[in-house]
Amino acid sequence: MPEGEVVFARPAALEDTPTHYCPGCTHGIIHRLIGEVIDELGIREITVGIAPVGCAVLAYHYFNFDTVEAAHGRAPAVATGIKRVSPENVVFTYQGDGDLAAIGTAEIVHAANRGENITVVFVNNAVFGMTGGQMAPTTLPGQVTTSTPTGRDVKVDGYPVKVAEILAQTTGAAYIARRTVTQPKYVRSCKKAIKTAFKTQLAGLGFALVEVLSTCSTNWGMSPMEALRWLDENMIPYYPLGDYKVIDEVKALP
Amino acid sequence: MAKVLMKGNEAIAEAAIRAGCDGYFGYPITPQTELLEYMSRRMPELGRAFVQGESEIASINMVLGAAAAGKRAMTSSSSPGVSLKQEGISFLAGNELPAVIVNIMRGGPGLGNVQPSQSDYFQATKGGGHGDYFPIVLAPSTVQEAIDFTILAFELADKYRNPAMILGDGSIGQIMEPVELPEVESKPPDKPWAVTGCKGREKNIIRSLYLLAGPLEARNVILQKKYREIEANEQRHAEFMLEGAEMVIVAYGTTGRVAQTAITRARDEGMPVGLFRPITLYPYPKDAISSLVEQARVFLVLEMSAGQMLEDVELAVKGTVPVEFQGWLGGRVPTPSEVTQTIKEIRTKYLK
Amino acid sequence: MPTIVIDEDRCKGCQLCTTVCPKDLVTMAENFNAKGYHPAKLEDPEGECTGCTMCALMCPDVAITVYR
Ligand SMILES: Cc1ncc(C[n+]2csc(CCOP(=O)(O)OP(=O)(O)O)c2C)c(N)n1
Ligand code: SF4
Ligand code: SF4
Repeated sequence: MPEGEVVFARPAALEDTPTHYCPGCTHGIIHRLIGEVIDELGIREITVGIAPVGCAVLAYHYFNFDTVEAAHGRAPAVATGIKRVSPENVVFTYQGDGDLAAIGTAEIVHAANRGENITVVFVNNAVFGMTGGQMAPTTLPGQVTTSTPTGRDVKVDGYPVKVAEILAQTTGAAYIARRTVTQPKYVRSCKKAIKTAFKTQLAGLGFALVEVLSTCSTNWGMSPMEALRWLDENMIPYYPLGDYKVIDEVKALP
Repeated sequence: MAKVLMKGNEAIAEAAIRAGCDGYFGYPITPQTELLEYMSRRMPELGRAFVQGESEIASINMVLGAAAAGKRAMTSSSSPGVSLKQEGISFLAGNELPAVIVNIMRGGPGLGNVQPSQSDYFQATKGGGHGDYFPIVLAPSTVQEAIDFTILAFELADKYRNPAMILGDGSIGQIMEPVELPEVESKPPDKPWAVTGCKGREKNIIRSLYLLAGPLEARNVILQKKYREIEANEQRHAEFMLEGAEMVIVAYGTTGRVAQTAITRARDEGMPVGLFRPITLYPYPKDAISSLVEQARVFLVLEMSAGQMLEDVELAVKGTVPVEFQGWLGGRVPTPSEVTQTIKEIRTKYLK
Repeated sequence: MPTIVIDEDRCKGCQLCTTVCPKDLVTMAENFNAKGYHPAKLEDPEGECTGCTMCALMCPDVAITVYR
């Protein structure tokens, strides 16, 4: 054991369990950031997480706090039910783009519009990871997936859904941001955004969502390093990073 | 206790409140909307949760969340809406979460109409969603029963950690009757499995996913054991003029009520006919029906459907005695005279 | 002295940590770990690691602990 102070280690809100994620899958980084934020805010013992259907379906094995599984896309409704009867709990959902932006579109839009006092971490990796890389609503134009073998044809499949932009239009939303985790500076910024999203809930200010652009090297058919680069070069131009809605009360948060 | 005049839908809502319902989540649909409207007034007054969800799917999943948090939760709807809730009901069963679902049935299939019907029997009692599970199903035939069974539904749901359903037809939802509203003494049991924050204990996980065949089988074996226990302990039914009855009418809900009037008339005319009225549709009171084959020479099943409960009666009777059927489709409620006429015909065929 | 410890058996050999080290101290080992991946390793004979946490920030498997 080296001497000196530990300045970086596993957060207590994350179990010491190896994940089933593919090598280099940035779901792992995003899990860790949530764990760090929950530790720093000292809310592990009052937090309830909602796991989605998607590659993160087993998130309840990795988070070290109470968790519930939701049916595909229904996490915002499940979170609503919990938060409405137990407002003293901190409630968040963790959802992929198939879960949130395809089958669960109604649930997320209405949770945001009600200003539901919950936090959402939305992982946009431009494919359905778990089922083997089919087109997601967020798949880029021309992107080859297992269900768009010649590339997404926007005339047939429509255009990629810009979740942060759409939800920022809902009056009920308090904080909507888009981040990524492909570089250390982005990881730091993403953590800050996730922290703001939880603080928004703790202050009772309403709906907060952080969209995180994430890789799926396995289904993109790339090495993990190539996937980071591909995301930076292709996804960020279509899905610009930034804050899409920050109400004044959130801006004023300490 | 003084009686008050109440509409079925509102009576169910008030009963749920008295049973300690902490959260109601619903979506409007005729003929149950008064239930939702009543809750929208009363729940906030009491500091409890009311949300009009964006759909029945959202509403049942809000119920799932509230139930997971260890609170008493309820939703109500009518046939097309209950079809949408099936995903959530399957998850409630798989997660072993207690909750109450009210289905005030209307005519189907599809949009059908808003008249009373009993054509969701299969959906309600055989699971309805995917997987091997059963909700507990209670069928009121009066507004008073709607009240009593709603309270019972919360208690049974908690006792077995399973969804429980009130299966009424549009007529139960809409009629007004004088009722007694009981004070509910029973408290929900402790729910150490609930997700309330892990302070002072290990974390709780609520899930239905078991990726490997072995663990999922083991999980299902536990669930099936519970269903056998429910079947052994909770079969309920009511009887009317069964003494000496050679013809046994089996009917539930509003149809049971109509049959009762018809039977009274038939008895006046000296016909040996009585009523067996199932109260629990799951677990089906099959043991009591089976024991009636000693006395009955013919069974007559009446339903506002094409013959759904009929199959459960046939299973209980096991071919020992003939089982006749009369059904009303399209949201039409039978009249007592129609039933009396049928009783006469069956009597001529079997009892002379 | 600042340094990092890589939990070799946690590592999935994804290389995300290797390109971000400002001093290029993290590389992939030749050997295989129990999972069958080439794990990342720290090569720091001169004691150059500053404990900046860059590598740890990028690790999806929380395999890196940083000391300072
Ligand atoms: C009702 C329903 N439909 C379809 C599926 C199959 N399914 C499982 S995961 C998934 C997509 C997940 O993709 P995403 O939300 O993008 O998450 P990722 O796996 O990429 O992290 C689908 C379609 C399901 N489990 N339930
Ligand atoms: S399939 Fe894609 S999203 Fe799923 S774990 Fe692998 S890399 Fe991650
Ligand atoms: S980032 Fe983590 S898992 Fe990937 S190679 Fe480095 S230590 Fe191993």
